[in-house]
Amino acid sequence: MYSQGLIGADGRTEESEAFLDAFQKRIDAEEKIEPKDAMPEGYRRTLIRQIGQHAHSEIVGMLPEGNWITRAPSLKRKAALLAKVQDEGGHGLYLYAAAETLGVSREQMTEELLSGKAKYSSIFNYPTLNWADMGAIGWLVDGAAIMNQIPLCRCSFGPYARAMIRVCKEESFHQRQGYEIMLTLCRGTAEQKQMAQDALDRLWWPALMMFGPHDADSAHSEQSMKWKIKRFSNDQLRQKFIDATVPQAEYLGLTVPDPDLRWDDSLNGGKGGYAHGDIDWDEFWRVVKGDGVMNRDRIKARKKAWDDGAWVREAALKHAEKRAMRKTQEAAE
Amino acid sequence: MADQALLNALIELADDHNILSHRLAEWCGHAPILEEDLALTNMALDMIGTARGLYSHAADVEGRGRSEDDLAYLRVEREYRNCLLVERPNDDFAHTMLRQLFFAAFMEPYWQSALTSSDETIRGIAGKSVKEVAYHIRHAGEWVIRMGDGTQESAARLHAAMQDLHIYTEELFHASEAAGHCARAGLLPDRTDLRETWLETLTPIFAEARLEMPEGVPPQIGGRDGLHGEDLGHLLAEMQYLQRAHPGASW
Ligand SMILES: [Fe+2]
Ligand SMILES: [Fe+2]
Ligand SMILES: [Fe+2]
Repeated sequence: MYSQGLIGADGRTEESEAFLDAFQKRIDAEEKIEPKDAMPEGYRRTLIRQIGQHAHSEIVGMLPEGNWITRAPSLKRKAALLAKVQDEGGHGLYLYAAAETLGVSREQMTEELLSGKAKYSSIFNYPTLNWADMGAIGWLVDGAAIMNQIPLCRCSFGPYARAMIRVCKEESFHQRQGYEIMLTLCRGTAEQKQMAQDALDRLWWPALMMFGPHDADSAHSEQSMKWKIKRFSNDQLRQKFIDATVPQAEYLGLTVPDPDLRWDDSLNGGKGGYAHGDIDWDEFWRVVKGDGVMNRDRIKARKKAWDDGAWVREAALKHAEKRAMRKTQEAAE
Repeated sequence: MADQALLNALIELADDHNILSHRLAEWCGHAPILEEDLALTNMALDMIGTARGLYSHAADVEGRGRSEDDLAYLRVEREYRNCLLVERPNDDFAHTMLRQLFFAAFMEPYWQSALTSSDETIRGIAGKSVKEVAYHIRHAGEWVIRMGDGTQESAARLHAAMQDLHIYTEELFHASEAAGHCARAGLLPDRTDLRETWLETLTPIFAEARLEMPEGVPPQIGGRDGLHGEDLGHLLAEMQYLQRAHPGASW
């Protein structure tokens, strides 16, 4: 989801060559850039955009899984799902905080999300239609997120890298938990196994799209690689994900919905890997541009929560104001 | 008889926690601020944990091989024994927080007293829950104060929540036959004893919130006899859907 964070990123900079060279030297020496350090405007903008989109993905990502909390099939699964969705909210919180160090407020970012200006990962614009989706999301979506985020733990921007270290630990727990839901269903009744296959059928391709466009079509990737915001290309990460995931699907006894999927000895520099069929990029761009099944509903739900909560936030502010005023009055007396 | 009473009283208590946890969980992803998504979920998690402990204990006491999930997912409205307060809909944030405060302010002294239960499992559950409800009181109490002493709108909403909810609080202090039996046996606290502590917790919070509890309105009671409002059936239909659609499957 985080490579999608670079779609439309504007990394152009207007600083002097000497300044940019000095900055690049720091990056090349693997020094961490901290919020108070001088940095090119393009670097700052790219990070605000990427971290913001990542944060929004965590928050909007609470909705498809939240859709099943009240229908979770056992108390244990319900508690685990609640805790998982809560973790995602926590990730959103650290990420907003990391973006705030770059001089943008959470309010501002929220408004950009609600107005449609800021994006979030396309995967969350697909609906969750059966319980197995809770398994498949953990397994595939958190799994893809980990592939993207492990390299981000070494991102050149310190606060983002540090947030990712903490987040990755939780994402890998989510991934295992999701896989375990799948395993339980695949070993359950025929209907349960059918649910699991259905979830894989619907989520496989959208999960591959989480890595963003092909390298050849990824306009801003090069600059981000140079700045070490990004360490691997979209296609490299996607390949890694497929190679790790296909054997897991086989172990579950599920069929990956790609008739062209086959082992190819020549991939990964001769180490071999899975060649895959064509990704439907028209669908990808349609969803990114706002026309997926759930895009409108997701933003509507976020907007409703925000609007319905306005009076609560106002009350908290007003109360804090009243308290402060009373305190100064008491001090004056 | 003793076992039957304990079983029934544990189920009442477990249903309270299960249903209120479910209500809190309905907020997840839809709260007024992200911090509240986390806090409401936290309280939902505490309460589902308590419910699980209580259902498992009830199942053990019953000794017929039923599981915590059988008790939670395979009983219908009329068999549910939660008090009416916990099944009230979330409505808005004022209703949600006031409902939580009413309930937690009751459960805090309840668990406090259950620490000396003659039943070891109950003592264990009480030890964990007593710390959790202290946080629920703090959290819900702070919000009640912010809303009561915030804007005109927030005060109005909190007053409306008070009008709607206070009639369900009396039931907290009623002991069913089963609960009464367990109180006399030293297994569970005497519900009728806890009113004073409950009021001591609420009074300073309501004073700061400029909130008053109406008096002289007849209370609503019936949950312990399985006589609920209409909302509970919908909650259970949603909660129990997968277990009902796939009987005997494990998840
Ligand atoms: Fe996350
Ligand atoms: Fe993530
Ligand atoms: Fe996750």
